[in-house]
Amino acid sequence: MIRATAVERHSRILGLGEYRPAKVVSNDDLALTLDTNDEWIQQRTGIASRRIAGDEDSVVAMATAATTKALADSGVDPGRVGQVIVATCSMTKHVPGASAQVAHAIGATAAGAYDVNAACAGFCYALAAASDAIRTGQTEYVVVAAAERLSDWVDWTERSSAILFADGAGAVVVGPAAAPGIGPLVCGSDGGAADLIGMTDHRLLRLDGPAVFRWATTEMGHAARRVCDAAGVDPADLGAVVLHQANLRIVASIAKQLGATNAVVADDVIETGNTSAASVPLALARLRREGKVATGDLALTLAFGAGLTWAGSVVTVP
Amino acid sequence: MSDENLLAALGEIVQEATGIPAVRVVPAASFVDDLDIDSLSMVEIATMAEDRFHVSIPDPELAKLKTVGDVLEFLAAAGVPA
Repeated sequence: MIRATAVERHSRILGLGEYRPAKVVSNDDLALTLDTNDEWIQQRTGIASRRIAGDEDSVVAMATAATTKALADSGVDPGRVGQVIVATCSMTKHVPGASAQVAHAIGATAAGAYDVNAACAGFCYALAAASDAIRTGQTEYVVVAAAERLSDWVDWTERSSAILFADGAGAVVVGPAAAPGIGPLVCGSDGGAADLIGMTDHRLLRLDGPAVFRWATTEMGHAARRVCDAAGVDPADLGAVVLHQANLRIVASIAKQLGATNAVVADDVIETGNTSAASVPLALARLRREGKVATGDLALTLAFGAGLTWAGSVVTVP
Repeated sequence: MSDENLLAALGEIVQEATGIPAVRVVPAASFVDDLDIDSLSMVEIATMAEDRFHVSIPDPELAKLKTVGDVLEFLAAAGVPA
């Protein structure tokens, strides 16, 4: 007979970290080689510039940098981290995964490690796994890093994806808490629409922009409300709405449907582009760094993308 | 709903989605060439029209709707009373 789990407790995010590559690529830079211009890009996506990784910015290196900052923010010693989860869909080598290398790099010598690939939704799924690991007493502290180097997979001659995708990493440390700090995961998928976002035979990103826009703006407003309902949180009580930074128009549409009248809506996409799984922790970290949310505020997180797959939860800002 | 009323309703939708004055929404107007409406705004217009007229405008059909008149014909063919 398997011994019953002895511990059932609450979890919360204890620390946040972000890593943004140094290289800034503006819309004017893209217009040098693509049939586009700043106005065209901003009108359709809200993106003004994005960060693109340098040679030294591997997925592992960026995840490690963000994690190091999150650990420092949390005050948790790396030796006490029991699990490292890395959400990514952009490793150039699928084996080995990033997580064990990140655990090694941060000195989490006792940690288990695994990668999660749910494309843009990966961070939210990984956060739920971390929360459950804490709540069921598997371990004391879990690192969740989300890192993407999408520039390796972009066809820089193809306008619709070249203007969107970018690189970066965000990370959180999750640990035990006296009160719930991470609400229930609400998630879903539609594999029947798998061809809306994917890769060509030449392993380059492609998406059907208008179809993805329609799906996100018609389905994710309902999803955001379900995330709040599951947490028992009135949207009016949210301090922040942190949606996957796919496109500012999608973000604005979902936020409007949610009606979180007192919340700041994260708009990191403007200067960061679409960093897939990394976008939610990057956007949350930016809001706190800029003083737009405070410790203890409630933030809706919701991410969605290739699969199609989506996930979200309400969290307390560390 | 008369032709004029259907056009007026579509004009309201276009104005709400894009800010373009409804009076510019005339049957001969091309969404791209005359009204400068992008593909994402067309999706917004389509979803709003779906809600308003209780019709379905799938993506392949939406791609064929180049002018305001095309939308009026689509709505009529879909059984929206003129």
